[in-house]
Amino acid sequence: MITAERKPFEEIKEMVKPYSKLLVVGCGTCVAECAAGGEKEVALLASALRMEARMENRVVEIDEMTLDRQCVYEFIDQLTETVDNYDAILSLGCGAGVQAVSDVFPDMTVLPALNTTFLGETKAPGVWMENCRGCGDCKLHIFGAICPVARCAKGLFNGPCGGSKDKRCEVHPDTPCAWHMIIERLEKKGRLEQLNNIYPPVDWSTGQGKGPRKIEREDQMI
Amino acid sequence: MKRESNLKKVLSAGHFAVTAECGPPKGADEGPIKKKGGMLKGYVDSVNVTDNQTGVVRLSSLAACVILKEEGIDPVLQMVTRDRNRIALQSDILGASALGIRNILCLSGDHQSFGNQKGAKGVFDIDSIQLIHTVKTMRDEGKIIGGEALTAPPQLFIGAAENPFADPFSYRVLRLGKKIRAGAEFIQTQCIYDIPRFKEWIGMVRDEGMDQKVYILGGITPLKSAKMAEYMNGHVAGITIPEGIIDRMKKVPPKDQREEGIKIAIETIEALKEMKGIHGVHIMAIEWEEIVPQIVEKANLYPRPSL
Repeated sequence: MITAERKPFEEIKEMVKPYSKLLVVGCGTCVAECAAGGEKEVALLASALRMEARMENRVVEIDEMTLDRQCVYEFIDQLTETVDNYDAILSLGCGAGVQAVSDVFPDMTVLPALNTTFLGETKAPGVWMENCRGCGDCKLHIFGAICPVARCAKGLFNGPCGGSKDKRCEVHPDTPCAWHMIIERLEKKGRLEQLNNIYPPVDWSTGQGKGPRKIEREDQMI
Repeated sequence: MKRESNLKKVLSAGHFAVTAECGPPKGADEGPIKKKGGMLKGYVDSVNVTDNQTGVVRLSSLAACVILKEEGIDPVLQMVTRDRNRIALQSDILGASALGIRNILCLSGDHQSFGNQKGAKGVFDIDSIQLIHTVKTMRDEGKIIGGEALTAPPQLFIGAAENPFADPFSYRVLRLGKKIRAGAEFIQTQCIYDIPRFKEWIGMVRDEGMDQKVYILGGITPLKSAKMAEYMNGHVAGITIPEGIIDRMKKVPPKDQREEGIKIAIETIEALKEMKGIHGVHIMAIEWEEIVPQIVEKANLYPRPSL
């Protein structure tokens, strides 16, 4: 899923200050799962903003709404009837959600309340880990299902670097060395020879190499 | 006459090679490079120039190499993949060769988060092994990545680093094998303080016959103080200093600790000279280049061969 974290309250407060009628819009999918932008977080942020306005003696109207998905037109359309009642939308969607809402309502000011972070796994309650960069050319079968692009700080394909010590990454001592994990896992499976080949320079054009990416599938088009 | 790598000549003639490291200044001043070069000249076979080591901005390695070359020194261009993509790296490889640089040390580089530009985007378009292979393919096949032909190939003696003290230990030798297959002709190791572990590593290297395929230069960094030893052990990525060495430094009064550090360095060199499969030493006297001649002399490695 896509993970995100809420921006600091001070930053959001400054962002919404010029607007007196605000619609706070959450998203019920990824950012709800990582407890950053679901219905509950929308309610918490909206009440904090109302309270702040009251303390500063400002009259504001702040409403709440959470869409099942903020990145799909069918769900964004639920805003169509009410959107004109507001000066701005404060979105608790990921970056894709903020932009999708803004594309549907180009005259509306749509503000981001979250910092979108990564494609991750819920490791434990309250812990999310980045383990995919969406590079567009999955190579996990070669590296024991541990991604060197996302999980090695240097994105090495012929690792480990010389800084791996006690199974830890030199960059973040609390991060396990991805290459140590890859080697251990393949060794256990008796497939270490898989790493003998010199992995050639990666074709990054499947990732960021040609600018924003687009998927078009005729079988899915109406 | 075509210039040749002095380091390659010394090693292929069977001499025990001596290289040293020179860190460029944090400014646009050629003075410090000339000064360091002047101290090292005649005492070492080649001088490595670091490439923005630890992610700290310094005068470029390529420029400093040219300055050293003009002073009559055979420079080793250190090149990291952290800051430049394959376009820039290959371009600089060609430029270095055209400027008469004949040695290159291919590295991934210290992560940018260690340096003074923590917000920098780490490039890591290719890794160190891919860089080694790139230089080899450019030189031997006259081709860049993707296969396009060069009008003239670069002439470079290709080096790589290896850290026998990093983990996973058993994999380090396999990784060295990959570097050799990629095209590494000489290896400069991380600084050695743990001789038993280094012996174990070189034993594994010999068992694989790798010491016959690549020249290995053991890394030496003289300790200036017990404090430096403790700091390096705890804070410098990839460096391990055994308790015994730290204790030995601590037992000596601070004013004599430099002398003790030099003694340890010389003892390590003597041990390396006796080890089969070791072809030289690489002395990295960090901001203490002036001590290198004394170490080289006391280790009976002076004068250097003139080839």
